[in-house]
Amino acid sequence: MSNKTAEKKAVSRKDMTMMQWTWKEMKKNWLAYLMVAPYLIIFSLFTIVPVLLSAILSFTNFNMLEWPDIVWLDNYITLFFDDDIFLTACTNTFIFACIVGPASYLLSFLVAWFINELPPKIRAIVTLIFYAPSISGQVYLIWGTLFSADSYGWVNATLLELGLIDKEIAFFKDANYVMPLCIVVSLWTSLGTAFLSFIAGLQGVDRALYEAGAVDGVKNRWQELYYITLPSMRPQLMFGAVMAITGSFGFGGIVTALCGFPSVDYAAHTIVHHLEDYGGQRYEVGYSSAIAVILFAIMVGANALVKKILSKVGV
Amino acid sequence: MAAKLRTRNHKVVFARSAGGDAGITIMLVLLGAFMFLPMVYVVMQSLKPLDELWMYPPRFFVSSPTLGNFASLFSLMNISWVPFSRYIFNTVFTSVMGTFGHLFIASLAAYTLAKIKFPGGKAMFKTIQTSLMFNSTVTGITSFIILSAFGWLDTYLAIIVPAWGSTLGLYLMKQFMDTNVPDTVLESSRLDGAGELRTYWIIAMPMVKPAWLTLIVYSFQGLWNAGASAYIHSEQLKSLNYAIGQITAGGIKRAGASAAAQVVMMLVPIMVFVFSQSNIVETMGSSGMKD
Repeated sequence: MSNKTAEKKAVSRKDMTMMQWTWKEMKKNWLAYLMVAPYLIIFSLFTIVPVLLSAILSFTNFNMLEWPDIVWLDNYITLFFDDDIFLTACTNTFIFACIVGPASYLLSFLVAWFINELPPKIRAIVTLIFYAPSISGQVYLIWGTLFSADSYGWVNATLLELGLIDKEIAFFKDANYVMPLCIVVSLWTSLGTAFLSFIAGLQGVDRALYEAGAVDGVKNRWQELYYITLPSMRPQLMFGAVMAITGSFGFGGIVTALCGFPSVDYAAHTIVHHLEDYGGQRYEVGYSSAIAVILFAIMVGANALVKKILSKVGV
Repeated sequence: MAAKLRTRNHKVVFARSAGGDAGITIMLVLLGAFMFLPMVYVVMQSLKPLDELWMYPPRFFVSSPTLGNFASLFSLMNISWVPFSRYIFNTVFTSVMGTFGHLFIASLAAYTLAKIKFPGGKAMFKTIQTSLMFNSTVTGITSFIILSAFGWLDTYLAIIVPAWGSTLGLYLMKQFMDTNVPDTVLESSRLDGAGELRTYWIIAMPMVKPAWLTLIVYSFQGLWNAGASAYIHSEQLKSLNYAIGQITAGGIKRAGASAAAQVVMMLVPIMVFVFSQSNIVETMGSSGMKD
C-alpha cells in the first residue's frame, strides 16, 4: 500500500520535473523562440491558418458577403453525389498525376544519371538545357504555336505535307488531344527542383563505394545503380518524390493557358480548375474550401504512400 | 573471395559496356531534342520577319533574321495605358523586397532550427517540411480572406509578405546548415562570448553562401514569373508578366511580338541560373529528406 503511493508520488514527481525541465529549457532558450518568430508567424499566417480555415469553412456556405451558416457535410455530399464535373476533375487529376508524377520523376532521375559521368563543363550545359523549360515562365505557350489549329502550325503543316491527315486538327480544342498534349507539355516543364536534387545526389555518392563495388564484382552499370547508387541517395529520392507529387497534383495552369477555361468538354478539367472556378470566380468559398480540403488530403496521402514505397527501394 | 580486381594504370576500371554508353547517348540526344527544340523554336519565331511567320509551309528555322519583333514589342509597350516602366518597377520591387525579406527571416529561422536545441524546435521543422507536400493552390482562397482582413489586398504587401514565408527556401537552408556548419565552430564562438545572433551572422552565414544564393534564385524566379494575381486588381500594381501577357493576347497579328516577349521574359531566369548553377547544385547536395 505504502509502496504504491510511493510509486505514484515518484511518477508524479518525475512528471513535474519533466515539465519543470521543459519550462527551464524554454526560458533558457528564449532567444531561439525570438529568432524563429518572424518566419514562423508569416509561415503560420499564410500556410497553417489557411489550411485550418479551409477545413472550418468547408462545413459552411460562406460567400464572402454574408455571415456563414453551418451546413455540416452538405458541401462534401454535393461534391461527390451531385457534381459530375467534380468527378470528371478527379478522374482527370488522377490520370494526370499518375502519368506525369512517375514519368517526370523517372525522367529527372534518368537524365541526371545519364549526365552524371559527363565532364563538368558539358554536364553544366546539358543541365541547363533540361532545366530551362521549368524556370522560363510561360514559355510553354510555344507548344500552342507548334500545335496551332491552322496550317501555319508546324505540326499540322508537317502532317498535311506527309499526307497523314487531310484537314488541320484543332489540337487544343479537340477533346481527344487535349489531355495527352497537356501531359506532354507539363512533362516538358517538369525537370525542376527534383532534377537538380538528383544531380547533386549522384555527384555526392562516395567514389570509394563504386571502387569497392567494382572490386567486389559489380558486373554492369545496372547492378551498380541498384546496389550502390540508389541506396546512397535515398534522401534525395524522397525529396524528389515530394516535389513530383506536389507538382503533379497541383496541375492546372498549363491547361488554362493552352486550352482556355473551361477546356473543351471539360476534357482536361482538374481539381485545381474546379477550386479556382468556385473560389475565384463564383465566390462560393465554403464549397471551394471543401475542394481545397480534398486536394490537400490527396496530396498529403499520396506523399505518405510514396514515402512508404520508397523506404523499401534498393535495400 | 573478391572477384578479380580490374585495374588499368592503378585505377579501378568500372563496369561500363560500349553498348550501354551508346544507348545512353542516344537516349540523351532524343530527350535533349525534345527539351531543347521548343526553346529554339521560340527564339526562331522571335527572329522571323512577318512574311516568314505566315509562310506556308512553315519553316522551323529563320532564313532572314530580324530584330523587328523586338522593336514592335517595345513600341507596343509604349502605347500601354499604364506606362510600361511601372510594370517593370512593380515586378522588380516585389521581387527584391520579397526575396530579401525571405532571405533574412528564413535564414535566421533555419539557423535556429538547425543549430539550437530547444523544446518544440523539431516539431516546428517537421510542420514546415510537411507543408512541402501541398502547394499554394490549396491555401490560395483562404489566404485571400486573411489578406483582406489585414487590408493588404491590392497593395504590394499582398505579394511581398506571403513570399517571406515560403517553405522551400527555409527547408534547403536548414538542411544545408545541418551538413555544412560544424557545431564545434559555433561552440567556440559561443565560448568566446559571442551571442547567438552574432554567431549566426558572423560565423554561420558566411559558411552557407551557396544556400543564400539558391534561396535568392528560387524566391526571385517565383516572383519574377508571377502572372496576374488574384490579390491585385489595380492596373498600376500589376506585374510585368501580366502586362506582357496582355500584349501577346492581342491575337495572331502579334505572333512575332509575342515570341519576342517570351524570349525577353525567359532570358532573365535563365541568365540567373547560368551564373548560380554550381552553387545551387551544391545546395541541393543536402536537400535530401532523412525521414
